[in-house]
Amino acid sequence: MSEVKKIATRESYGKTLLELGAEMPNLVVLDADLAGSTKTGVFAKAYPDRHFDCGIAEGNMMSIAAGLAAAGMVPFASSFAMFAACRAYEQVRNSIGYPHLNVKIGATHAGITVGEDGASHQCLEDLALMREIPGMVVMCPADDTEARKAIRAAVKHEGPVYIRFGRAAVPVVFDEDYDFQIGKGSVIREGKDVSIIANGLCVASAIEAADMLAKDGIDAEIVNICTIKPLDEDLIVKTASKTGKVVTAEEHSIIGALGSAVAECLSEKCPTKMYRIGVRDVFGESASAEVLLHKYMLDGEGIYKQVKAFVEAD
Amino acid sequence: MNVQELKKTANQVRKNIVTAVYYAKAGHPGGSLSAAEIFTYLYMEEMNIDPAKPSDPDRDRFVLSKGHTCPGLYGVMAERGFFDREECKTFRHLGSRLQGHPSMNLLPGIDMSTGSLGQGISCAVGMALAAKVQKKDYRVYTLLGDGEIEEGQVWEAAMFAGAKKLDNLCVIVDNNGLQIDGKIEEVNNPYPIDKKFEAFNFHVICVEDGHDFEQLAAAFAEARSVKGLPTAIICKTLKGKDVSFMEGVADWHGKAPNAQQYEIAMADLERIGETL
Repeated sequence: MSEVKKIATRESYGKTLLELGAEMPNLVVLDADLAGSTKTGVFAKAYPDRHFDCGIAEGNMMSIAAGLAAAGMVPFASSFAMFAACRAYEQVRNSIGYPHLNVKIGATHAGITVGEDGASHQCLEDLALMREIPGMVVMCPADDTEARKAIRAAVKHEGPVYIRFGRAAVPVVFDEDYDFQIGKGSVIREGKDVSIIANGLCVASAIEAADMLAKDGIDAEIVNICTIKPLDEDLIVKTASKTGKVVTAEEHSIIGALGSAVAECLSEKCPTKMYRIGVRDVFGESASAEVLLHKYMLDGEGIYKQVKAFVEAD
Repeated sequence: MNVQELKKTANQVRKNIVTAVYYAKAGHPGGSLSAAEIFTYLYMEEMNIDPAKPSDPDRDRFVLSKGHTCPGLYGVMAERGFFDREECKTFRHLGSRLQGHPSMNLLPGIDMSTGSLGQGISCAVGMALAAKVQKKDYRVYTLLGDGEIEEGQVWEAAMFAGAKKLDNLCVIVDNNGLQIDGKIEEVNNPYPIDKKFEAFNFHVICVEDGHDFEQLAAAFAEARSVKGLPTAIICKTLKGKDVSFMEGVADWHGKAPNAQQYEIAMADLERIGETL
């Protein structure tokens, strides 16, 4: 896919905040000593009076964001997913989630594509943790277009939102006219033999996999579920009813996030044979993003092989 | 209010605390009673608030960082006119607006939901920061326990407040010397409290007797006059103050009196009230 345009969704984050800074005087951005990496630096440069670096203190940053929101501001609290969701979990839960405050959490460097930094920084648990918090909207955009639209939808939504962004550049999948709505999934490719429900960078991998599956005579439907919570249950039931076989694909532990959400939905509403693609209950390790995606079978080839094995085993 | 009226109000706040905890058969009387004068001074004198306009964007804010002592906060809110004193009896009951720890979405006048120690001060810092961004002159007050300051987040918040020179922030520490497991210096010594806040770039005021309204008035006036850095007021207090069998007893941190103890406690407070 070398001819495809690639952009890291963290770049989309910084760029969209910069635009929103001009449109919303009550928007403030918080960082925890990672403004260069989270790409909010462009906002800090343009709006120094509305950017606050909290230093290396993520728990404090989340509670400060809660206080800002309680006083009428719209804060974006930014850090790596590991620290935003894991380190500061209880602050997000109690300072932001419980009072249902209007805080937006921009979590970058999620998943194994953090790459060389290794397991300590490769957050594979964040979406599961955030999904547990009542009232929290949880989104995992697939590409630059969806990331930008998700951020804009988040500021229109009153209440806490967690948005996950990646470090590595990923293919642009969606056109500019894509109608994004919180809680609504979309069918990217129609198919009849198996449904691949994906989010994040696994959407591009799933598209690649579907082309390979087609050559083997397997007609895969691809469903993009950016919003893990609230989940588009109607669309999931619809695609499961149509194909009778569902595979989920995500750059996350197979425990607790998209795979679990889909399994919970289908086991209650439309029991369907399923297979969950993701990181299978292990910590990550150091290597380039590309090498890791291949090893953990989250690239096009990896998803192709796993879907094929699942379909053929049936 | 004059000092006499403030003393009478604090006495009534203590009655509200004991009543709330007794009717709930649970709650935290010790640290509520130790802060009765602090609550009273803030709500009756210091803060720019109006019970009829609890969401006024220009109001002063109060964050009870030591959220478990909300019987004291509810007790003073009732006296300030946010709700009827009788409602204190619903504390911790199903459907009550007076939750076991404060909920801003249930009870108008609560500025932040708290309960998990160490987080309230950070929320207060966020509000003080918002005032600076909004160019508003409201002040933000937050009350912490002396055991609570063992939480690392308190010092993250203090470092940020000092660094950003949030002179609209007033941190109050209720230094009653006891936490659940015993004396604070024996559990995990947070002393010296004053020097710690000084080191975090706060203006520090030590109040020798946190039950003396004249000392409290002087401290809050001084805090108001400080420009360019936040203030911490460290108040020496007595845990369980004015209830004979609760004074200075760590065991009354989080326990309700039985019927007999309730009678004794209310009689203690009645007797003290009569002398005022």
